[in-house]
Amino acid sequence: MSTDAPPRPERSRGAIVRDRTPDARRRFVTLDNRYLPPLLITSILLGAHLSYGILEAWYTTALAIGTAIGAELIMGRVTYGKWPHPASAYISGISAGILVRSPLLWPYFLVSLVSITSKYVLRVKGRHIWNPTNFGVSAAAFLAPATVTVLSIQWGNVLAPMIIIWVLGSVIVWRVGRAHISATYVASFLFFSWVTSLITGNAWSATVAPITGPMYQLFIFFMVTDPKTTVRSKFWQCVVVFLIAFVEMILRLNQVLYAPFYALFIVGPIAMLTDIWLESRQRTG
Amino acid sequence: MLVSSLVAIRVLNSQATATAHESTGGAPADARFGFKLEESAKALGVDFVHQGPTFDSRLAHIMPQVASMGAAVAVADFDRDGWQDFYVANSGEGSFNRLYRNKGDGTFVDVAAEMGVADVNRSETGVSMGAVWGDYDNDGWDDLFLYRYGRPELFHNDQGKRFVAVGEHAGLPRWVNANSATWLDYDRDGRLDLFLAGYWADDINLWKLETTKIMPESFEYATNGGRKYLLHNRGDGTFEDKAAALGITSRRWTLAVIAGDFRGTGYPDLFLSNDYGVSELFANEGGKHFVDVAQTSGVGRSPKSGMNASIGDVFNDGRLAIYKTNISEAGVLVQGNDLWVPKGDSAEYENLASSMGVDYGGWSWGAQFGDVNNDGAQDLYLTNGYVSAGERSSYWYDFAVIAVGHSQIIGDATNWPAMKGRSLSGYQRKRVWLNDGLGRFTDVAQVVGARDTYDGRAVALADLGNRGVLDVIVANQKGPLLIYKNTVAPGRHWIQFELEGTTSNRSAIGAQVELQWKNRKQVQQVTAASGFSAQNQRRLHYGLGDANAVDRVVIRWPSGQKQTIEHPAVDKLHHVTEPKPGVH
Repeated sequence: MSTDAPPRPERSRGAIVRDRTPDARRRFVTLDNRYLPPLLITSILLGAHLSYGILEAWYTTALAIGTAIGAELIMGRVTYGKWPHPASAYISGISAGILVRSPLLWPYFLVSLVSITSKYVLRVKGRHIWNPTNFGVSAAAFLAPATVTVLSIQWGNVLAPMIIIWVLGSVIVWRVGRAHISATYVASFLFFSWVTSLITGNAWSATVAPITGPMYQLFIFFMVTDPKTTVRSKFWQCVVVFLIAFVEMILRLNQVLYAPFYALFIVGPIAMLTDIWLESRQRTG
Repeated sequence: MLVSSLVAIRVLNSQATATAHESTGGAPADARFGFKLEESAKALGVDFVHQGPTFDSRLAHIMPQVASMGAAVAVADFDRDGWQDFYVANSGEGSFNRLYRNKGDGTFVDVAAEMGVADVNRSETGVSMGAVWGDYDNDGWDDLFLYRYGRPELFHNDQGKRFVAVGEHAGLPRWVNANSATWLDYDRDGRLDLFLAGYWADDINLWKLETTKIMPESFEYATNGGRKYLLHNRGDGTFEDKAAALGITSRRWTLAVIAGDFRGTGYPDLFLSNDYGVSELFANEGGKHFVDVAQTSGVGRSPKSGMNASIGDVFNDGRLAIYKTNISEAGVLVQGNDLWVPKGDSAEYENLASSMGVDYGGWSWGAQFGDVNNDGAQDLYLTNGYVSAGERSSYWYDFAVIAVGHSQIIGDATNWPAMKGRSLSGYQRKRVWLNDGLGRFTDVAQVVGARDTYDGRAVALADLGNRGVLDVIVANQKGPLLIYKNTVAPGRHWIQFELEGTTSNRSAIGAQVELQWKNRKQVQQVTAASGFSAQNQRRLHYGLGDANAVDRVVIRWPSGQKQTIEHPAVDKLHHVTEPKPGVH
């Protein structure tokens, strides 16, 4: 989730402009797309916390958000000489604040810091290859298993909030032109869950259970759709998330709990590097 | 910066879980830490091994976890001979509970059968989950309340010669799947009332399921557990449930309860440690109403898997902290245990478990505060471990996958993957956290001798040999009962108080005793249930370190009366009877 993300290719559709045409006036009252994901994730957080008190303390989330925005501003200024827009860092921070579960304070700080730093350090030909929050969360889950876990529970027992999140999320990813990615991933997950149940003998309802949780909602709507860390063509975007779901199944069969994060951590950069290589070949050719 | 941040994550992770004193090298434990523990159950004549229940065959695939509780221990001097005895619960159908009478020569003998409290585990009436002692009729003899997955039972103590089941006319509920209960005098009428907390819903008979949709509807937000009962003692041997009328309508999955005056009102409040959800703190409004203040006080904001409730004055400043255990499993679920310490004199609490070093205890169960090395600070003994089966196979992955499922999935036992002989947080290392008195606890379990790895459930502390030290009794699920005999280094003083109420309930449950010595003070409270499915000796034990004198002791009786005793002698047990009103 993360993202880096204001979905730049679509930005012009909702941008605030000073054009006087009727179409421009209609666009004037619609929201800039770059604010939609932050609004959605903030709504999810607020709704979940006010309904079910999902946060042990506000200050942990505030620390994650503050760290992400602070790091983004400093690194953006130092690296490019201008102040970056904080929307992307806000999503990274709030995502870390939701996904990281720890009784300690430092993981919220360090996961946010690592997420943002990775964006500036791990770059190839001007593009970063890991989704920032995915990198930060995966690193923490792998390096600090005794103190950090990743959100893996339900928010409450009622179906309605889950449906609202799915509907809102779907509308937003459709609006920013990424619905095909989320839909492909969901279909792939359901298929591979069925395969997993055949292999393990566990009920399909058990193997499919994780996707009903909020961790997956965040993963599906924010992380795999990150415009900066997905490949260029729509077709290959679908292929990549299919492969992510496949690698996730392999990891799950090996009882790796944070399989989706690790799958994206593995597949994402490979896809990005391939895309970058193809792009450079096209340019030179 | 990226590399240093990643290194920092790794280093901080290691530091957070490090125990600085694991090394068994160097000086002996009693020289280094002032005490040592030696497992001595068999030598003391105790050879009890707990048996678990076997429920409906439709739960067979997850039986190790649904039948994972029942090992329990409750301490009392039931025959009033001055030596602490204890009752041990068994849970196999047809198995016998034990009542170990202290012979006074350092050994014990099981008298449960002859006293009428052994044969209490039948699928028709349910199997034992625990027991709690209290003198409900103020006749001077501790009676025994037995809670089960099944029909609760009250045994009247007939002058230490036998126990008689009071039966249905006592007005107890017909069937409660309970893992916790405690005695308290919530309305301060001088008679002990009974709080009984259901875990599974009351309409479930685990031996004859009508449906498999019996599981918690959520891993952290479940409210489909058992009812709570606040059974008011009418004074004629009968009880009346007033829970709902007094504002206690919770249906959370309660695993532990402790009653204490947490707000200084003189009335006992109730702290409920709930599995699959947030804790509850029911504030007692003058014995007329209870209000759940868990949210506003801070103790009930974060849903976890509560399994223990015990209280201790960890800073020696007269404030009672609440210790609640949860689950921590590296790489899967790190809830951390909670140490709720009052913020100054406010009604709010803050969780200091992490900063004080008592947060990581594995899949933690029972824990008790007590000064095990008589240095003047309350230490913390914790047992843990859920299901120890295959040593190289873990059920954690499947458990975590189903736990995240929506209520329709997690709530139905048939959806739960089969355990197939796998462990779930098994073979865990216990914790004996020594309190330095300055806000930091250090785990010394391996060094001092608490080295078992059974699936621990209940812990009780008692001076079994009248030696001025706290011994440790540990009840293990499907494992042997352990008695860690404590040897404290010479030169450490102590003092004990045994209270008897007159206007207050005779067991003096709810009395708070503040000991003042050498510019220090420590508050302890007489409790019934404490920890998980456990009861410590009611006698209060204070270590004094090298102090050979005490300034005074101030007793606040449940009746509200205050009593001060100046300069009580050290290294001695004091029997204190509540003075008549107006006499000090």
